[in-house]
Amino acid sequence: MGRATLINAALFAMLPLTALMALLLDEPFIITLTTKVAILALAGVGLNIALGLGGLVSLGHAAFFGIGGYAMGILAHHAQTYTPLMEAPFLLEGSNSMPLIWLVAVIAGAFAAMAIGALSLRTSGVYFIMITLAFGQMLYYFAISWPAYGGEDGLSIYVRNGFPGLNTLVPIQFFAICFAVLALVLFGVGRLAASPFGLALAGARQNPERVQTVGLSPYRLRLLAFVISGAITALAGALFADLNRFVSPTMLSWHMSGEIMIFVILGGVGRLFGPVAGAALFILLEHVLGGLSDYWHVYLGILLLLVVLFARGGLIGTLAGREVAHD
Amino acid sequence: MSTILLIEQILNGLQFGVMLFLMAAGLTLIFGVMGLINLAHGSLYMVGAFAAAAVAGVTGSFVLALIASLVAAAAAGALVELLVIRRLYARDHLDQVLATFALILIFSEGTRWLFGSFPLFLDIPTAFAGPVMLPGGIQYPAYRLLIIAIGLLIAFGLFQLIARTRIGIQIRAGESDREMIAALGVDISKLYTIVFALGAGLAGLAGALVGAIQSVQVGMGEPVLILAFVVIVIGGIGSIKGALVGALLVGLTDTLGGVLLPELFGTFMEASAATAVGSSLASMSIYILMAGVLLFKPTGLYGRA
Repeated sequence: MGRATLINAALFAMLPLTALMALLLDEPFIITLTTKVAILALAGVGLNIALGLGGLVSLGHAAFFGIGGYAMGILAHHAQTYTPLMEAPFLLEGSNSMPLIWLVAVIAGAFAAMAIGALSLRTSGVYFIMITLAFGQMLYYFAISWPAYGGEDGLSIYVRNGFPGLNTLVPIQFFAICFAVLALVLFGVGRLAASPFGLALAGARQNPERVQTVGLSPYRLRLLAFVISGAITALAGALFADLNRFVSPTMLSWHMSGEIMIFVILGGVGRLFGPVAGAALFILLEHVLGGLSDYWHVYLGILLLLVVLFARGGLIGTLAGREVAHD
Repeated sequence: MSTILLIEQILNGLQFGVMLFLMAAGLTLIFGVMGLINLAHGSLYMVGAFAAAAVAGVTGSFVLALIASLVAAAAAGALVELLVIRRLYARDHLDQVLATFALILIFSEGTRWLFGSFPLFLDIPTAFAGPVMLPGGIQYPAYRLLIIAIGLLIAFGLFQLIARTRIGIQIRAGESDREMIAALGVDISKLYTIVFALGAGLAGLAGALVGAIQSVQVGMGEPVLILAFVVIVIGGIGSIKGALVGALLVGLTDTLGGVLLPELFGTFMEASAATAVGSSLASMSIYILMAGVLLFKPTGLYGRA
């Protein structure tokens, strides 16, 4: 386990080091790329709670990612146009404040995950994959055919939302915010995985009958994991929308779900730092391969195939030299 | 709403449903027999459409184009099965999802590489280009009727194949107990390749048939793939009958929802608001249908637990 811990620490330190290096070299674009890695890693960390800990293969996590994005988009849009979100029964105004937006995103994501999870978890296996995919698509089409918030064109926000005491338009400061959020969430998820709840959840993945025998309900454990997972992914979505200052139905598409899943699997399913490694590798590949060829998706596809077929356990699993079967 | 318009929409729904059945049948067979979840099924649909467009462009023959779509997609399916898919049977669904997602990337970008980003066009054969007069004074495009006919014919053929032929018996046996039929001397890996190629061929044919109505372009398989998944989840995974019922249900719901829901809301709302609410509900309607079915039958209409 020593080697894996070392790799984790190196991975984790890599993000701020890259950002600082870019700052010294005056390369704001690289800072932005690093910020993107931190945010996408956060989305992966969210999915990994359901996927890695809970064994729930959700192919609809873009729904939560997009809900977070739209929470930001809608609040900031109303603040930007000085129109209230709602007047009756009580006045609800838009907002430019990141902490408030995060709160709304997390709550909205959690509620959506509760509704989707409560229905989806009645099924299992491949039905679960399909039904989460279908719920994701449902929201995707809803966003497309909802003209009030841009429909297919999405919503642009002209000024990045604010965080008390910081200037979020400076790339390194926005990176610091995203990285701090990622670090906090990683710490929380690490604690969660080691908590009685996390252990029971892992138990429900490995042997639901046994968990039931000791008096716990696998359904409720999984639902709670799904809700936490959706809430974190929504938080990542809000940050992602803020990074681009733009939100559109693309964030809800099933390609996004697939991509978030790729981060997790590339890095290593069920490993705390897996999504960080996966997102970093993915963005790096996108950048390097994208520079080599217009058709870089072919290479990415081939690489992914090779990872699935030959490097089980993902990047961290391979580096740590220990095969971990994801049951 | 006039009766004629309603009947036209029902026929459109049928045509769409039959199309979805061609996609869903292969998907559900592959899942039922091999336990494999294949996200790349939409890519085979795309391969069929591109093969048809290419052959039609060179020869000008629609029949040859259809045959090309079947052959090309079946060949692509067999190749993919031999190279990649057979390593995945013993893996969990997660690996299958990821590997077939990777195949989508390869197929889509590969096709873009070969044919460019611009859509191709596949012409409707002249004999079927015009409308047909149906009893009751309804004019309906002949080509869409042709699609319905071909689809129903293939559905019939598929049921015969599964119920009456030797290979059908092997397929059904493979669904229930693969160790046993292997022990009885059936070459199971050959059977899997055949089933995969069969499913791929059906998807390719569907792509070619639809390609003549819409345009043939990269990524055309993905929306259909999602719908096909909805179909087999509603019908019950592994059931051909479920795929047929599910496909018709989804086709009719989607088509009629788009017409009827805005009208329905129009009876008690402003026209513009009714159109907006109605069309957004219509685009979600099949997913609502699916959630509703699963609420009462978690394994679909004809699925086994």
